[in-house]
Amino acid sequence: MEYFLNEKQKIIRDLAHRIAEEKMAPLVSEYDLSGDFPWDIVDVLARSDMFRVFIPEKYGGVPGGIFEMVLVTEELSKVCGGISLSYTASALGTMPIILFGNEEQKTKYLPQMAEGTIAAFALTESEAGSDASNIQTTAEKDGDYYILNGTKQWITNGGEAEIYTVIAMTDKRKGARGATAFIVEKGNPGFSFGVKEDKMGIRASTTRELVFDNCRVHKNSILSRPGMGYIVALKTLDRTRPGVGAQALGIAQGAINACLDYTREREQFGQAISNFQVIRHMLADMAMQNEAARSLVYNTARMIDAGVREFNRESAMCKCFASDVAMKVTTDAVQIFGGYGYMKDYPVEKMMRDAKITQIYEGTNQIQRDVIASTLWKK
Amino acid sequence: MNIVVCIKQVPDTNEVKIDKKTNTLIRKGVASIINPYDMHGIEAGLQLREKLGGKVTVISMGPAQAEDVLKQAISLGVDEAILLSDRAFAGADTLATSYTLAMAIEKIGITDLVICGKQAIDGDTAQVGPGIAEHLHFPHTSYVEEIVDINEESIRVKKKIEDGFELIEMQLPALITVIKELNQPRFPFLRGIFRSREIEIPIWSADDLDLDKAAIGLDGSPTQVVSIDTPRVDVEAEVFSGSPGEQVEELLRELSRQKIF
Repeated sequence: MEYFLNEKQKIIRDLAHRIAEEKMAPLVSEYDLSGDFPWDIVDVLARSDMFRVFIPEKYGGVPGGIFEMVLVTEELSKVCGGISLSYTASALGTMPIILFGNEEQKTKYLPQMAEGTIAAFALTESEAGSDASNIQTTAEKDGDYYILNGTKQWITNGGEAEIYTVIAMTDKRKGARGATAFIVEKGNPGFSFGVKEDKMGIRASTTRELVFDNCRVHKNSILSRPGMGYIVALKTLDRTRPGVGAQALGIAQGAINACLDYTREREQFGQAISNFQVIRHMLADMAMQNEAARSLVYNTARMIDAGVREFNRESAMCKCFASDVAMKVTTDAVQIFGGYGYMKDYPVEKMMRDAKITQIYEGTNQIQRDVIASTLWKK
Repeated sequence: MNIVVCIKQVPDTNEVKIDKKTNTLIRKGVASIINPYDMHGIEAGLQLREKLGGKVTVISMGPAQAEDVLKQAISLGVDEAILLSDRAFAGADTLATSYTLAMAIEKIGITDLVICGKQAIDGDTAQVGPGIAEHLHFPHTSYVEEIVDINEESIRVKKKIEDGFELIEMQLPALITVIKELNQPRFPFLRGIFRSREIEIPIWSADDLDLDKAAIGLDGSPTQVVSIDTPRVDVEAEVFSGSPGEQVEELLRELSRQKIF
């Protein structure tokens, strides 16, 4: 498929590909096993300017946007969907400031993020998952300050990131309209981290609780206005869902690539299994489905960058479709590898574990279908 | 600190083949890369600039296509690049090459440190770096594995020798040639690659330099290549068979028969 990348987009993709192949590939199993945060890779990504592609040029970015972030995420995810998430989740943490930050906030934070300072986004709580409006964390006004109390759960890059966007309730009586988004820096008194979660997949990515215990935050760190927190969260996620889509199609492409190599080497009944129609047709389906996912993800990202106003349906579709494809493709990849596919010595079982989360986070695929359905009758 | 790094365009040896008739490298269709040792020189220059400020200039002598490797150096973050290209430079041996590069460094202006890779992977002479230093009357140290200390007046380096290292301090300006133990060359960065696509690399010819034209190119090269041969290997091998014990016995018998034992 020809995706008509311009010269700069090709350069971005090719450099991300090189970093993935030369720097990440040798360390994938090690990070999957240890679950350590991949600082050495993040450092290479930062020095190579990969964090600049989604930041406006005025604040230290390079020409780019969501589409360029998608290209980088896809290339990294072909090799490791866990390490790539450390990158993409930082883009998620940066987006609220790009979208809703005032000049002072943008000038203070975006140049640091362009340099590779890690960011994180904190919405989810134990009782606020799909029902994101049921946030229990509170922010009580005290003069020029707000006092945060509560616990955020499963926050990607938690503990590693320096800069957090945290959604808390400033007025519980107003429900979703009583939520407010705050920028909170690591090291702020009253802000600490829970234990690192032990996960099924994306193990090279860190997931922690954020604990707020009388954490005082100045009112200048509010993004947009009090009461806009839920809007900040939804608008941010609409823009970053193609990133999850890109992660999914990268993982799936990595699995397809592994199958193409394996099926030529593996012999049964006296010949390479790539000769068998049953294998060929499985791979044809995998390639076809992932190409469709790629078209949906790329086009949605380009729509967003082009400034189209309404894209929440496409954003939901591309994330949901690409992640369902990734789950199907990686499951089939394990099947093609047979018994070897189930073993940790071979790459595809990890890809299957990594793929699963893409159907769950940044809105479960069930919620995405609700979002899509709700737009269908609109004129 | 003003640093000049000399780099050479070489064929990617992972792809290179030898023409069996002429015993020379087949360069046609083979990708060109920055000589790998020079990559460590560029990295050293960039690290010193990050620490001390200043400027890193990269120079290369070669045909017009050598512009590619200078652009690669720009994509890694060097400030300026200059190509020395002229038919008059062609056929230069290490003496003429080092003279030409030295005259270019003089033209660049005040230089505190010149860095070269220890040798090029195509010629393997390791002479050009020290040659430049001699022409410039700079002190020099080759095979540098670590820059221990550097300030505005002097540099202290570890030179790798067979069983360890020598600690050498030199007054600046000086020249070092570096080995791969010195550092880990970085990846290019996007702003560098974008800049490399737009930048025009200045080309200096013999007329641009203040030099003795009899000392450059083929005329300035006392080295004459008479012929190039591949050493013949016609050793006959004997393969022992039998159990490991029998093979060892046979080997010992053979070694004592040849009076090696």
